Amino acid sequence: MYDLIFLILFPCIIAAILLLLNNNRVRHAIVALGALVISAGSIYLLVSSFTQGAVYYTFPFEPTSLVMFALEMGIALLLLYLGVRFKQPIAVLLVLIQSAMMIYYEITWGMAVEPEMNLFIDQFSIIMALIIGIIGSLIAVFATSYMDTYHGHHPEVRDRRRLFFFVIFIFLAAMFGLVFSNNIPWIFFFWEITTLSSFLLIGYSETEEATNNAFLALKLNLLGGIAFAGAILYLASVDPSGGLLELDALLASGQAVAIIPAVLISFAGLTKSAQMPFSGWLVGAMVAPTPVSALLHSSTMVKAGVYIIVRFAPVLAGSLAGLSISFVGAVTFLLASGIAISQSNAKKVLAYSTIANLGLIVACAGVGTPQLVWAAIFLIIFHAVAKSLLFLCVGTVEHRTGSRDIEDMDGLIVRLPKVAAMMFIGMAGMFLAPFGMLISKWAAIEAFIVAPLGLIFVMILAFGGAVTVFFWAKWMGKIIEVTPFGENLEGTVSTGKWVVLGSLTAMTVLAALLFPLISSFLVEPYVLSIFNETARLAQDNVIIMVMMIALLLVLPLSYLSYRKQGRTMPAYMGGRPTTPDMKFLGSLGIEREMTTKNYYFAEYFGEAKLLKIGNPLCILLIMAAAAALVGVVL
Amino acid sequence: MISILTAVLYLLLAPIAGGLIAGIDRKLTARMQGRVGPPLLQPFYDVAKLFEKEDVTVTPSQNFYILSYLVFMAVTGALFFAGGDLLLVIFAFTLAHIFIVLGAYAAYSPYSYVGAERELITLMAYEPMIILTAVGLYLVTGSFYVNEIAVSTVPVALYLPGVLIGFLTVLTIKLRKSPFDISTSHHAHQELVKGLTTEFSGATLAKIEIAHWYETVVLLGIVYLFFGFNPLLALVAIAITYFLEVFIDNTFSRMKWQWTMKEGWGVAVTFGFINLAILYYFYMGV
Repeated sequence: MYDLIFLILFPCIIAAILLLLNNNRVRHAIVALGALVISAGSIYLLVSSFTQGAVYYTFPFEPTSLVMFALEMGIALLLLYLGVRFKQPIAVLLVLIQSAMMIYYEITWGMAVEPEMNLFIDQFSIIMALIIGIIGSLIAVFATSYMDTYHGHHPEVRDRRRLFFFVIFIFLAAMFGLVFSNNIPWIFFFWEITTLSSFLLIGYSETEEATNNAFLALKLNLLGGIAFAGAILYLASVDPSGGLLELDALLASGQAVAIIPAVLISFAGLTKSAQMPFSGWLVGAMVAPTPVSALLHSSTMVKAGVYIIVRFAPVLAGSLAGLSISFVGAVTFLLASGIAISQSNAKKVLAYSTIANLGLIVACAGVGTPQLVWAAIFLIIFHAVAKSLLFLCVGTVEHRTGSRDIEDMDGLIVRLPKVAAMMFIGMAGMFLAPFGMLISKWAAIEAFIVAPLGLIFVMILAFGGAVTVFFWAKWMGKIIEVTPFGENLEGTVSTGKWVVLGSLTAMTVLAALLFPLISSFLVEPYVLSIFNETARLAQDNVIIMVMMIALLLVLPLSYLSYRKQGRTMPAYMGGRPTTPDMKFLGSLGIEREMTTKNYYFAEYFGEAKLLKIGNPLCILLIMAAAAALVGVVL
Repeated sequence: MISILTAVLYLLLAPIAGGLIAGIDRKLTARMQGRVGPPLLQPFYDVAKLFEKEDVTVTPSQNFYILSYLVFMAVTGALFFAGGDLLLVIFAFTLAHIFIVLGAYAAYSPYSYVGAERELITLMAYEPMIILTAVGLYLVTGSFYVNEIAVSTVPVALYLPGVLIGFLTVLTIKLRKSPFDISTSHHAHQELVKGLTTEFSGATLAKIEIAHWYETVVLLGIVYLFFGFNPLLALVAIAITYFLEVFIDNTFSRMKWQWTMKEGWGVAVTFGFINLAILYYFYMGV
């Protein structure tokens, strides 16, 4: 139990030190040290606990809950103050509603209920802890030197790095708390801390846009928070002894009892994981410094949303409400993938691809067969690794070249060869066989075929998958163009950043190579313990995929032999006289520059166009889920 | 379950079969156009000649992508003929295609760049229907494994007429036949010089040609799966299919990419979906 408490409290201690500390060099050292300890702690947790299955711990309820309640009220006051100061009436209203609900809960039941098993650990929590502990703290390390450059580039932004790193470590602590808590009001407490953390981080630059986007994120997540609080009130009123407030007891109580809180909490999960119609906040969140985006997308925030929905998958499975929720995910997957085609801002492409992948996870969890839960957990793992790598690469590129537009990334392989190679691997991880995301998509297709209404899901996967290939491949092509101009800009990238980028690249490849081990030691036992049956890929296919990866690792060696032989010539330009840097003589003897641009199909896949379809559709689906619940109540 | 022997046989024989098919293709095309046409073995002479040529590139890295293209195209087919999982075959297929597209991008040439973008459009156009084909074959035969589908005694084609029509449509896209040869084609009416293969020459171009032979054999192998219950009928179906492809190639002029997309997605949504929906309803009752 002490390892769990350590992982929750240690980041808080580091956060407190960072809040008080003003010296930048010492900050670098403390962040690096903290990251090392937290990663080591989560790896220790893996080594010590993966054989045990689910273990529940008693933890003193009364004092902890009181502290949490006091903190919640403090946070509410802070948000009220900020809401009034920035004239955000809706945010104020939502905070008031939520606080009223929690005060009502505390007064009516808070003193009487006393859940015993408040902390727990199982294989799924271990996986989440590794994602939070390793990827999250690597991003924190990356952020130290990133923020130095950031403030160099943005002298107009007030230097609030103390607050920045404080919030990042609090964020990690809250995520640990969220995945280790078995007590649902505690999960809610940590849930709200993540909402607050992302609010503060998104608004870091204090520009009007950042502030507005931060409040958008806050409002949408408070909406989910209110649903979550509703679930707690419902559970307390159904079982005033508080027995159902324990997650494992609730999950074991069966669909008839648990479906209402499951759907309410899944609704909160939909807001947090930025599903349509709530996707706007995650897209808006990219005004924040890039490490924040990496953190939100890979190891915190949105992963909390899908984590909780996957947890409730056994309850949702086979229910009408669960089916509606998974259609929200499926529609989001298809349309967000489409929107990603029309975007040329690299961070926006990454944001929409995250939203799409989260949609796929939600779709799997809502239908909730063992195979689909297996696929959903692997989607979480692979997405966390590859997406954090891609965000940090884009952040590095932006700082070196001054642009985050895909159209400005041609010849990146010449200008930033190592970063481009890492981006290449990250993108391969997102959509190519035999890497991670594709394994999960494949498993999802096979599992959806036999699920209710499976054909529609399979159609959506087939089209969404094709669209995904398009937007990744064209970006990939852009960065590997070997342009005859451009100088190497890599010398200025700091060692710390290289270590982080290198580790994440290695993890992307290793996750694909080691996935059979991850499956048999963590994911399969978890699925087995939940459903009494398990899922995996056929052994033959696993062997073939590992062989394919080996082949992919060997093939680049052939490049060495090509470099020696052969003659190079300029590209074909229709026979026109061309200079070495691809300028050619146009008509009337005017020298013109050759440029290439990708297709974006804005007329088919435009953001506004597809959101106009997706948002109402998903609102309808959520209303259908609500209607199904009303049906259960009546 | 996986047969190494058939995989090795495929690796050895497919280029011969693919080259012969290409020879027949050219002969047929010539006859349809009122010409005599080259000898049957002309594709082999062409490739042999390409290997003699000087090694000229825009950038050496493009050769690496094309080698990967050839290797993974061969792997795809080997997996297919070894009786592997059809979905894995499809994903390996996509991987191979991404490599040729990347090779075209790497050259930083306007013509090959536009060709690469167009190849990606065709990829996006045919991929859904190919996946639905695998799903349809699974629903009828109960397996994703090629060796089990191939020996199934169920008259697959009768259950999947819509899927078959859909597959044949995207086959035209996939073989880059007119009216869908927007990214590259073998004929003189190509206004984009030669699309994504513009910058490849010599041995590298020969590798692309060989990879295409491998590809043709796999694609026609999928046609076989629809008629596996009667091998003789299957061979006839393959012959008719290819004849039709050549015929379409010669009677249509090239269409715009928009048309390719609409055609590829359209058949998937209409023929593919309706066919599978009926199967779902009658077979699985869901």
